[in-house]
Amino acid sequence: MSNSLLTRRGLLKTSAVAGAGLALPTIFTSGARAFTNDPTGGTVTLGFNVPQSGAYADEGADELRAYELAVEHLNGGGDGGMLNTFSSKALEGNGILGKKVEYVTGDTQTKSDAARASAKSMIEKDGAVMITGGSSSGVAIAVQGLCQEAGVIFMAGLTHSNDTTGKDKKANGFRHFFNAYMSAAALAPVLEKLYGKDRTAYHLTADYSWGWTQEESIAAATEAMGWKTAEKVRTPLGAGDFSSYIAPVLNSGADVLVLNHYGGDMVNSLTNAVQFGLRDKQVNGKNFEIVVPLYSRLMARGAGKNVAGIHGSTNWHWSLQDDASKAFVKSFGTKYGFPPSQAAHTVYCQTLLYADAVARGGSFNPCSVAEALEGFEFDGLGNGPTLYRADDHQCFKDVLVVRGKENPTSEFDLLEVVEVTPAAQVTYDADHPMFAGGALGACNPGA
Amino acid sequence: MDAILLQILNGLDKGSAYALIALGLTLIFGTLGVVNFAHGAIFMIGAFCAVTLSRLLSLSFETVDPTKTDFLGNPATIKTPYVEAWFGPEFGSAMIDWAVPLAIIFSIPVMIAVGFIMERGLIKHFYKRPHADQILVTFGLAIVLQEVIKYFYGANPISTPAPEVFKGSFDFGVMFGFDPNAIIYPYWRMVYFLFAAVVIGAVFSFLRFTTFGMVVRAGMADRETVGLLGIDIDRRFTIMFGLAAAVAGMAGVMYAPILSPNYHMGMDFLVLSFVVVVVGGMGSLPGAVAAGFLLGILESFASMNEVKSILPGIDQIVIYVVAIIILLTRPRGLMGKRGVMEE
Amino acid sequence: MLGLNKTDSKFLLIVILLTLFTPFLMQPFAADSGLDQFNGGYPDLMQKVAIFGIFAVGFNILFGLTGYLSFGHAAFLGMGSYAAVWMFKLLTMNVIPAILLSMIVSGLLAVIIGYISLRRSGIYFSILTLAFAQMCYKMAYSVLTPITNGETGLQLSLSDPRILDGATESTSLPVTNIFGLAMNSSYKLEALNRVFTFNVGFYFCAIIASIAFYIAIRLFRSPFGMMLRAVKSNQQRMNYMGLNTKPYTLAAFVISGMYAGLAGGLLAAMDPLAGADRMLWTASGEVVIMTILGGAGTLMGPVLGAGVIKYLENIFSKINESVLHSWFHWLPDGLEEVVVWVFARFTGEGWHLTLGLTFMLVVTFLPGGLVEGIKRLKKLTKRGQKPKDKLDAPDPEHTPPPSKHVV
Repeated sequence: MSNSLLTRRGLLKTSAVAGAGLALPTIFTSGARAFTNDPTGGTVTLGFNVPQSGAYADEGADELRAYELAVEHLNGGGDGGMLNTFSSKALEGNGILGKKVEYVTGDTQTKSDAARASAKSMIEKDGAVMITGGSSSGVAIAVQGLCQEAGVIFMAGLTHSNDTTGKDKKANGFRHFFNAYMSAAALAPVLEKLYGKDRTAYHLTADYSWGWTQEESIAAATEAMGWKTAEKVRTPLGAGDFSSYIAPVLNSGADVLVLNHYGGDMVNSLTNAVQFGLRDKQVNGKNFEIVVPLYSRLMARGAGKNVAGIHGSTNWHWSLQDDASKAFVKSFGTKYGFPPSQAAHTVYCQTLLYADAVARGGSFNPCSVAEALEGFEFDGLGNGPTLYRADDHQCFKDVLVVRGKENPTSEFDLLEVVEVTPAAQVTYDADHPMFAGGALGACNPGA
Repeated sequence: MDAILLQILNGLDKGSAYALIALGLTLIFGTLGVVNFAHGAIFMIGAFCAVTLSRLLSLSFETVDPTKTDFLGNPATIKTPYVEAWFGPEFGSAMIDWAVPLAIIFSIPVMIAVGFIMERGLIKHFYKRPHADQILVTFGLAIVLQEVIKYFYGANPISTPAPEVFKGSFDFGVMFGFDPNAIIYPYWRMVYFLFAAVVIGAVFSFLRFTTFGMVVRAGMADRETVGLLGIDIDRRFTIMFGLAAAVAGMAGVMYAPILSPNYHMGMDFLVLSFVVVVVGGMGSLPGAVAAGFLLGILESFASMNEVKSILPGIDQIVIYVVAIIILLTRPRGLMGKRGVMEE
Repeated sequence: MLGLNKTDSKFLLIVILLTLFTPFLMQPFAADSGLDQFNGGYPDLMQKVAIFGIFAVGFNILFGLTGYLSFGHAAFLGMGSYAAVWMFKLLTMNVIPAILLSMIVSGLLAVIIGYISLRRSGIYFSILTLAFAQMCYKMAYSVLTPITNGETGLQLSLSDPRILDGATESTSLPVTNIFGLAMNSSYKLEALNRVFTFNVGFYFCAIIASIAFYIAIRLFRSPFGMMLRAVKSNQQRMNYMGLNTKPYTLAAFVISGMYAGLAGGLLAAMDPLAGADRMLWTASGEVVIMTILGGAGTLMGPVLGAGVIKYLENIFSKINESVLHSWFHWLPDGLEEVVVWVFARFTGEGWHLTLGLTFMLVVTFLPGGLVEGIKRLKKLTKRGQKPKDKLDAPDPEHTPPPSKHVV
């Protein structure tokens, strides 16, 4: 061991000669800083962790555009976007607490491992004080866990599973996006109005945790209004060809097909279902219907004309006519030439909400940020009055029920808003059984 | 009963897709002896031939329509495809509608060219290299091809519908005396099945009944001797590579309406096609086709609710289970030849 | 030294020194030099390089020596991770029992898969291992979710029993440690305008990696390794001589599976999460690629390959357009746009392209992988002298002439 001692002494000598500084024994979690990555200079670094390869790369790219826009607005550039409509006025367009906002990006690859590696490098190497982004629930939950341990704030991107703010909720993690329960609660009344109380549903569900929570939520909500459930069939993730799952649907006695799929699976299962002519058929004397509970406009493009007339829910849509949405669409559209997606909207909001919470709390300390966000009520971010609930760090806001347009006028104009379900109708108790089993724990500043 | 018949139909359809992909792969992998990890990428490029043609046909000029506005509130631009302007709206829109079948014709020269360039530019230098090197270089090539496609077309799946006339499905059930709607099958999938049968038949007769095919088969059996006889076997292998690429490419074109093409679809099919080829047996074209249909049908059966309720999750792994059973009971797959890639 | 001959001892010593000084070696650029983006000296990346180095070295024991190309090694990596995380959940946060268990469990899995798969050779063997690994992945992702937590991956939670650690009232999750020394604690040294991070977890991985490397050298030089090479060059002849090769190949398979399990356990020890993605065929492919890229059959090659791939993945994917703009802002406007556009195709979201091109270039121009490249460099610098290969230490008596790798 004498060898390594020598080396260290040698080093100390070098550093003394270079005069570059002293050897400071700082344990990752120790005294020199009040909390992890306390920004000391004139800048603060945020970590944008989005999928840049794999199936969700386009959503990741759209998220990244929104992040860049948000940073521009926070630093006082551009037209200010939703900063002008946001109900809280703590942000002044001079960065956050006077520190210029900088950012680093990384590729989650939509894999838990890669996402955590990328987030870690942002925390360990780049000194990011907040991590945000993602396009799947598995990744969001994995990164949320990491941020809790490392002592930074995680502002979730696109994650729809109940678990993110349910059994896997964490004190350092916050979600603006809606969840499967809210989708179901918003959809059920609309479906009842459209298709009546006497229906039998057939579920095709992507065989992993998000699919299951959505299937559970939708089945519970539809059964509560009198629908029957014929069958719940699990399909392998990335099955590609869904014909062998769709072919038996017509003969099962069901008259509604619920596709609990997202992304590529949704595109393929919907395309296959329409190809089988399900929507032209009559079962039990009623028109056969298809429901896609979670819509994504970006992905819906892949299904083309097949989305026409099919109902689903979405977190936000660019065609909304409130001032905030219009301001956001204007500044995003002017910069990039096309309207933003719901993924872009939610991450833009998350960035603003984080910055605002820092400004209101007066510190980048995760515990101060968490305190400022908990129970925070705001408006002017495109979803109407919204509450960041303290019990589970979930946002409660209006949910949009949308329908695929029959005659789209442009390649972006795929969905039309059928109904804006008010927040009160989709709110649930913090101890609802679908969300039970986890604990927030205490906020971790890392120090 | 009707459920079983239905799944046989499904299986035949899935099987024809597997068989087509495996056929191209086995021409390269099973006969030229090159472990081609870029085969999935060739299939993907085929599918994007359909996308490209449909985009080319819908190339439009823009006119401003002051009565409408776009999402920013500016006057909207209306796009009119050139083909509609040139050939009249009716014929023009029919051409766009038929983009996928037309893409078959478009894809053949493109895919043959892709195959030639790949073989002459890269693969040629790797015939005598270890298989490990072939894996690395073709895997690298597959990634590069994917990234190029991703740059031009994005990562999301792109809707590529079949012509309007193939919409909907045919009711087999009524024909056989079952209830209506018991056995329905989409027209386009039947087209796909017939197309696969024709292509498979054409490849087999090409290899069996033409002199070229005979020489190639001889070359597969003993490349050196054929070379010593003064036959330029290398040139023929290049053509074979082009042929294999064309077969895979056409499989991709026809599959586009079933599976909206995206840039990583090749990787999704890669593992599967290797499994099919190996289960069929190395070096055997009939084996690859048979294995394709076998695995397709078994996969369809495994996804029946009745089966899944007994063995949950069996549909996820059935292909691998079958592959293991076959390889353990038949050492060289269904119809493999002794000594091909066995060392 | 330690039963190695002189060249090998020297070689091992170099490797150990390189490992110990990784925090310096991977932090070559000063913080304000503008190139600090290329520094890789942060704990996560250093740990990953060491861990995947172990994985690749283990894989090479099977592939490099016997020529059997397994396409399912990720199953052992994943299995090791799951075993380790369960140990953290049930028993204790100390990493030693977790790592031991992960080696045992993946060793057992390797016995089963190896026993069955080794009944076939060549491509048939590859597909059998691939089929087993894909089955593990698919099951872990869906049906086995109660055990594996499916898509999200197995994580720690506050309510875990952790029998040996005793109950704590803490509201934050415990961290992995070795007898109380936390894996994520670091010692930071600021010198020469650089921050050098000496991380407990990394040094833990580095020590294990050195031991694993030492064992690999011994294996390569042992009569057992000789036997495996003989299997590679001509298995039939061995069988004709009345020798049953199966126990040897099976032993190699299990050892290599245990290396993979060890790597999986270490991954979980550095970051207590085990995801099904670790078992996906692309993960199996990754280790194959690492080995070939570095140089199959060589000792140092797989480690080099692992380092290059992990470095590309973590560093290149983070160079986004705004970073590029900050590099090239001194160029005239129009030119800057062009240069940034070109570079952006290869970095950030285009990092896969760099990866693919690297594979193609290396294998086309350096048959034999990166190790071959280093050899050639050495030859260039030492032209005129008798070429001596210390790096890969070929010892003529024990190295048969290079033969085709057989799939």
